[in-house]
Amino acid sequence: MGRIVVEVMPKPEILDPQGKAVMGNLPRLGFDQFTGVRQGRRFELTVDGPVTDAHLAAAAEAAETLLSNPIIEDVVSVTADTAAAAAADPDCEEA
Amino acid sequence: MTRIGVITFPGTLDDVDAARAVRLAGAEPVTLWHKDAELHGVDAVVVPGGFSYGDYLRCGAIARFAPVMDQVIAAAERGMPVLGICNGFQILTEAHLLPGALIRNDHQKFICREQRLRVESTTTAWTNLFEDGEEIIVPLKNGEGNFIASPDELDRLEGEGLVVFRYLDNPNGSARDIAGVRNARGNVVGLMPHPEHAVEPGFGPDSPTGARQGVDGLRLFQSAISALVGA
Repeated sequence: MGRIVVEVMPKPEILDPQGKAVMGNLPRLGFDQFTGVRQGRRFELTVDGPVTDAHLAAAAEAAETLLSNPIIEDVVSVTADTAAAAAADPDCEEA
Repeated sequence: MTRIGVITFPGTLDDVDAARAVRLAGAEPVTLWHKDAELHGVDAVVVPGGFSYGDYLRCGAIARFAPVMDQVIAAAERGMPVLGICNGFQILTEAHLLPGALIRNDHQKFICREQRLRVESTTTAWTNLFEDGEEIIVPLKNGEGNFIASPDELDRLEGEGLVVFRYLDNPNGSARDIAGVRNARGNVVGLMPHPEHAVEPGFGPDSPTGARQGVDGLRLFQSAISALVGA
């Protein structure tokens, strides 16, 4: 089993009310070293067998059409998760 | 008789009220299902409010790819009047039939109240019976009604007169107090507040004429009939 990770973040100039709410509460828990929080999304897409370039291309297209809204969000990354491949394939542990 | 379709997605809440508004305005409501591959000969479509597909991912993002939306998008591009209310507005922006996007209210809270609006554009299929600058009151209820677009896009909307409704007391942080917008042609309109909840005396918002007497929402639906009959 292969896994592709897609990360989507709100555009920098777009207000992120969720990140703001998290930021507002961190100091109350003693975390006063952080000056900002932005909240995005991580998607994990699984495929049969190892991740191919075709899988990655399809994931990139899905990321642009459904997983993100280009008006308010950026697709930050679309990457094969090699750790997932290693976990699924014991032979990889020797590499 | 003018036939106006009202779409039901899984999670839609306001389809019955929208159909009732269509009937009270004098048209025949036609129920459309999210899996419909055709529009059953309707003359116009209302995409009503609610939480389509649970609003998972983003509001309206999944609904935009429902089979019936392929037909709605094609019909809208041919000039059919399409109105998106609340979740329906979110769906129409996700479908790129309308500009901008709707994000979480700036104060993070769900808001439910009677909302004063100013009508900014009366040359649309859904607002031709209003007067420019007229103030109306319709209910508003949403958690993600914060209209947003890039500064350039907002300038374009203002410059081309594509803002249809503006909040008189902005309830959710919407850019430039925008409550509703239109496409260039004027057949597609979307707004976050709910005109379908202000269509019958005794059941609407309070108005200058008395408690629960507000029927300002009815004219959106009557406008569509007027546009279709006059066409």
